[in-house]
Order: sequence, then structure tokens, then C-alpha cells
Amino acid sequence: MSKAVLVDISKCIGCKGCQVACKQWNDLPAAKTSFSNDLGNPSDGSGYTWTHVRFRTVENGDEVKYRFAKHQCFHCLEPACVSACFARALQKSPEGPVVYYPHLCVGCRYCMLACPFSVPKYEWEKTFPLISKCQFCFDPDGKYDRMRHGMKPACVSTCPTGALQYGERGELLVQAWNKINSNTKYVKHVYGEKEAGGTSWLYISDVPFETFGFRTDVTTRPLPEYTESYMRMTPVVALSWGALLTGMFLYTKRRNEIAREQHDQKPGL
Amino acid sequence: MTAKKNWTFKMTPVRKVLIGLAAICLVVVGYRLAFGLGNATNLNDQWPWGLWIGFDVLTGVALAGGGYSTALIVHILHRDQFKPIARSAMLTSLLGYLLVMGGLFLDIGQWFNFWRPFVSWGYHSVLFEVFWCVSLYTLIQVLEFSEIATEKIMKPWHCKIKKLMPVLLIIGVLLPTLHQSSLGGLYLIEVGKLHPLWWSMLLPPFFLMSSFFVGPAMISVETSLAGKAYNHQVPLSVMRGLIKISGTMMLIYLALKIGDLIYRDAFKWVFSGTLEGNMFLLEIVAGVIIPIIICFSSLSSTRKGLVTFGALTVFGVILNRMNVVFTGMSKSLGGNYFPSMMEWVVSIGLVSIGVLAYMFIVENFGILEKHHDHQVLTN
Repeated sequence: MSKAVLVDISKCIGCKGCQVACKQWNDLPAAKTSFSNDLGNPSDGSGYTWTHVRFRTVENGDEVKYRFAKHQCFHCLEPACVSACFARALQKSPEGPVVYYPHLCVGCRYCMLACPFSVPKYEWEKTFPLISKCQFCFDPDGKYDRMRHGMKPACVSTCPTGALQYGERGELLVQAWNKINSNTKYVKHVYGEKEAGGTSWLYISDVPFETFGFRTDVTTRPLPEYTESYMRMTPVVALSWGALLTGMFLYTKRRNEIAREQHDQKPGL
Repeated sequence: MTAKKNWTFKMTPVRKVLIGLAAICLVVVGYRLAFGLGNATNLNDQWPWGLWIGFDVLTGVALAGGGYSTALIVHILHRDQFKPIARSAMLTSLLGYLLVMGGLFLDIGQWFNFWRPFVSWGYHSVLFEVFWCVSLYTLIQVLEFSEIATEKIMKPWHCKIKKLMPVLLIIGVLLPTLHQSSLGGLYLIEVGKLHPLWWSMLLPPFFLMSSFFVGPAMISVETSLAGKAYNHQVPLSVMRGLIKISGTMMLIYLALKIGDLIYRDAFKWVFSGTLEGNMFLLEIVAGVIIPIIICFSSLSSTRKGLVTFGALTVFGVILNRMNVVFTGMSKSLGGNYFPSMMEWVVSIGLVSIGVLAYMFIVENFGILEKHHDHQVLTN
């Protein structure tokens, strides 16, 4: 079973500790800050910010709730980016993380378009930019690795309220549903259980997921199935179409030759 | 055939302008390669693909489809009556693909790493198929063209290439059939993102069919331009016959498209009055329905009718690709994107380079001579 994180949005206090921990552990440069209508800063992820906390105000009659949701790569069980990458620069590891291997990357940015959650970002300012996204603190080269040393991801370790929980995906799912069923405040939905065929980051919340711009219309069928069913037909189509073309080439050539011979013979007869 | 060794390239004001555009383009290309995509383009995290992929690659490949459809009709099915247009159609296609390769090269961030997918096989990606097929097909087309080239230069090779031609031609039809549909396949993974007017599991066959029927349309526009410039005319009956093949394919395309919209319950969007609905209507009415009417009426018996057919069909296919890349994606991607000056300059410059190369080759190799022979024979 693969590793996962369960996020309880109702427990997040918006301290951004996870955001800072991620930057520090992964040696990511600071982003230039700017003010926007909410307290999220930066307001979206970028090539240098792998996780960011979204701040939203939810009004329900007289009741006003402040809610915060951490956003990062969801580490899909069947990732669209991995199936889209034509150079194997993105790979799904058995432990759970979807890992980016920069040396294989061509920089085509198809993964950015393929991702249903708009996660991969690009280092636009650089002459030779790379894709960047959360690696789940998993590093095959070792330098930034926490997972294989039995440690929790940097963001989870830092979380002071227990809003982030690290563990086996199956166990976390059971836990999530127990929480939802025992407390009426929760929305009856574990985000990430079925989205895009299931993800390694699971969310439960007491406000609608749309509040944070989480797409709730994502197909539950794994995205790679759409393209891979098409790609599987390629060898068959290529072989049969090639054979048909060769057949037609020989047949029509011979037919024209016969026609020409008959045409040539006629005046002589 | 006369085999003069001297090279000619007449200078005219139009050509000077084209050379100017090409030169500015090359300067910008240098800038982009040295300073990166972010500096040269308006692309951003919301809009990772822009004009270069949308126009130079996706549209360019479709418009260059005239090569494989002609090769199929003339060389595989041996419809000899269409021979007069074969060489110029295949030349346009070759140049088109070379420009597509250029556009693709400029659009990748790690351009020195472009060869990577040849050794690191992401074979489950549709882009993998596009990449392999487009590069191999460009190579095949260069070899196919060498049959023409060796009539003038490196003559000892001519016979050897000629023997190879049937194999080249068959592979040269097979590969584009695969990747023209794969370009549509690229957008299958945009499920839920691409507007339902365009997203369909039938995108690959739609892209394939439209690249096939736009071939003769491109040829009719091109032969009318070349006819004026080089004072030679392809017989009307030949063009009309070719366009009928196009029109039949367009009818099937239209029927499939409507059927598919109804099946997916997306037909309601057509007359919804939204931007997407109106762009879709424009694409279908101006780019498919009117050309079909021209094709199967007496309108196609005049040169004007043929050129209108060609221009509208080409417009329709360009609009279709633009709609898939931009209109259909804009709602889900959000953000803003409009191509930068440098992006325009490169796209326009690449087309200029293509036109210049076409003129140079037509004037120095046996591309159009065959027409004259044919005209003498048939008329």
C-alpha cells in the first residue's frame, strides 16, 4: 500500500508553517510577496513554491468561517502527467510519490496541460527552465529524501494542529470516513478518494471543496485510461494499415499496367 | 528534361519583404534560444502552450497534410490523373514539416535535450507517437524529395532512390495517418478541461479526417497562387476531381461530428450563444458546410469557386485547431494569454522562410515541369 496524507481543512489555522518548511527542506528560493484580497501569499503555486495555503472566507447567513487549505501535488494513483510525459521525466514510484527527474525533461510542458489539478509549474524566468512540483519529500538521489528514512514529509512534521496526517492510504481513508460519519459538520466527501482515479493526498472539510478552487467535476476514471486505450490501438492500426497500403499499391499498379497493355494492343489489332 | 546546373533566384519586392521578415525572425530565434521562453513569449503557468504549438505545430501539421493525401491518391491508389499536382503538394508538405520541426524545437524549454525521447521511451504518451512519427516522416519526406533533387544534383543516386520510392511512399502515408490522429489524441487527456463542443473520444479520427480533406484545399489555393506566379494552370477537371474527394470526406466528417455531439449530449452548446458556441458554428458553417455546397454544385467548375472552396476549408481547419488549443480551453485554464510580438514575428517569419524555400525549389528543380507535359497531353 502506498503512503498518503490526510488533510483536515477544519483543523488548519493558516499558519503557513508547511509552506515555509517545504521551502527550507527543498532549498527553494523565496518568492516575491504581494498583497491580494486574501491572506494567501503567494496566492498560487509557482516554479519555486511547491505548496501554498489558500485563505478563504465562507459566509453562511450570520455565520462567518475562515478556512485555509494547503495545496500541492496530489500524487495521483494513476497520474495523468506520468502518462503524458514522452521522455519518462515523471514517474510514479511504488511508495506513492510521483517523482520528477529533471535530467530527462525536454521542457514540452504537456504535463502541465495533462494534470487535472493544474499542479506542475514552470521556471519561466530561466533560459533552460524545468518543471517543478511537490516530490512528497521523496528523492531517489537521497539529498532531499525523508520518506525512505522513515520520516514524515517536511510539511506534515511542521503542522502544529494535526491538520496533516501521514500514513498508509487505506488506513487514512478509513479514518477519514470515521471522522465524517461521526461528526455532522463535515461535507460527506473525501476529496481525493475517487478524483482522477484516486490520489495520495486526501482532504476532508467542513466547507465545500469548491471554496478553495478544488475541481469537483474531475472524472473518477483514471485519466491515463483515455489516452492509453487509444495508444494501445497504434500497433494494430499501424500493421493493418501498412499491409492494406502495400496491397492497394501493388493492386492498383498492376491494374493500371493491364489497362495500359490493353490500350496499347488495341490499335495494333 | 533539361538539366541545367545554374541556380536562379529572381529578386522581386515581395521577396525582399519576405527575406526581411525571415531575417527578423532569425534574430528573435537567437534571442529566444539565449534568454529562454519566459522572456520571449507571453506563456505562463495557466497557458503553457500558445501560438507556437497551436499554430506552428498543430495547424502546420494539418495544413502540410496535402503531402500524404496526395501520395495516397496518386502513388498508392495510382490515380494517374492527379499526377500534375503530386510534386508541388509533396514539396509544400515537406517544407511544412520542416517548419513544424523548427516551431517545436523553439517551443521546448530544454532544447539541447530534444533527442531525449529517442532514448527515454515514454511510450504511453500520445506525444511520444507524435514526436517519433513527425521526425521519422520528415526524414522520409526528405528522402522522397531526393528523387526530385537527384534529377539535378548528385545524379548517380537517382536510380537507387527511385527503387526505394515505393517503400518510402508506403511508410510516408502510414506515419502521417498515425500522427495526424495523435495530434487530436493529445487532447484526450484534457477530459473535463476542453469544452464539450470539441472534446470527444473521436478527436483522433476528427483530426485525421480534417487533415486529409484540407490537403486538396491547400493544393487548390497553392496551385492558384503558383499558377499566377509561374504562369501555368492545372487543368480544372483535375482540381475538381480532387476536390470531390475532399468534399466526400467532409460530408462524412460533418455527419460524424453532429452524431457525436448528439450522442454526448453536447449539441445544446452549439446554439447556446456563448463564445464557444459561436466559434464552433463559425468553424462548421464557414469551414465545412459552405465548402461542401461549393464542392457539389456548379460553383466548383470555375477557378474562383475552387479557390473559395480551398480558402474556406483552410480557414475552417485553422479555426478548428485554434478552437481546440485556445477557445475550448480558456474557461478551464483561466488567466490571460495573448501572443507576444516575438511570438508573432517568429510564426510569420517561419512561414516566410517556407514561401522563400518553395519559390527557390520550384525555380530550380523539376516541380512544375510535369504540369506542362501533362497539359500538352490532356488538352
